[in-house]
Amino acid sequence: MLLERLTEIKLTNYTLNVKMRGDIDHHTAKSVREKIDEAILLNKPRFVILDLSNVDFMDSSGLGLVLGRYTKALDIGAKLIIHKPTRRIKRILEMAGIERIIEIKGDDYDEML
Amino acid sequence: MKCCDNNMKLYLPSLSINESMARQAVASFVAQLNPTLEELADIKCAVSEAVTNAIVHGYKYKSGTVYIGVKYYGDRTVIIEIRDKGCGIENVKEAMTPLFTTDTSGERSGMGFAVMQTFMDKLDVRSKLNEGVRILMTKHLK
Ligand SMILES: Nc1ncnc2c1ncn2[C@@H]1O[C@H](COP(=O)(O)OP(=O)(O)OP(=O)(O)O)[C@@H](O)[C@H]1O
Ligand SMILES: [Mg+2]
Repeated sequence: MLLERLTEIKLTNYTLNVKMRGDIDHHTAKSVREKIDEAILLNKPRFVILDLSNVDFMDSSGLGLVLGRYTKALDIGAKLIIHKPTRRIKRILEMAGIERIIEIKGDDYDEML
Repeated sequence: MKCCDNNMKLYLPSLSINESMARQAVASFVAQLNPTLEELADIKCAVSEAVTNAIVHGYKYKSGTVYIGVKYYGDRTVIIEIRDKGCGIENVKEAMTPLFTTDTSGERSGMGFAVMQTFMDKLDVRSKLNEGVRILMTKHLK
């Protein structure tokens, strides 16, 4: 299905790189969530990087998705880091105070060059 | 001027696949006013929140109809109404508190109303238990 193309997951050096794409809403969150959780349980990484640079839209269902994966990672002793949210996505993350809980690295600066 | 310049009505079955359709449709309609990308993104997010709440909480995944109405006026005021005839909210004030959620799966952040409040200029929530919820959101475009 089309949704399967939303998320790309790669494992390198105990780091799970999750690249999310497109719109993250309540409808798409379910399959993305299942895919990430499966990879976390299977690979037992030390770090989970959520790359949000290609996410076009995200609402509070996306916030729930991110927070839920943070907890899932913690459960197995892994650290979750948010990578490169666009200005728009950063706005909603900050509104919810996510940066006080989860480390956010990089911004959309180099994509603008 | 009392009468509105333009309006749109959209009735959708409470299927999660329609969440994207709902916000795109409202955005396309409002795009007639040449809003900024930021304003359009704000509106899309707020609509997504209200429609998702109707589907998830109002109808609890059972079948129902989500009613969407959009109006805009000559002074670039956009008013969006989103209604459901679901279970309703017992205490609206409590429900609107950031981080408040009745969800038990641990997958909801309780930030939906906060998003609507932040991204729109005005938010009005009315509800009667077992009758449904009516959300009225206003945004003044630049
Ligand atoms: N249309 C509705 N019908 C019935 N209850 C509602 C409706 N909309 C919201 N609620 C109630 O208000 C609470 C708060 O809603 P809000 O959107 O802020 O958070 P959430 O939906 O629980 O989580 P999130 O939006 O972050 O995924 C919900 O948990 C639910 O109990
Ligand atoms: Mg919600």
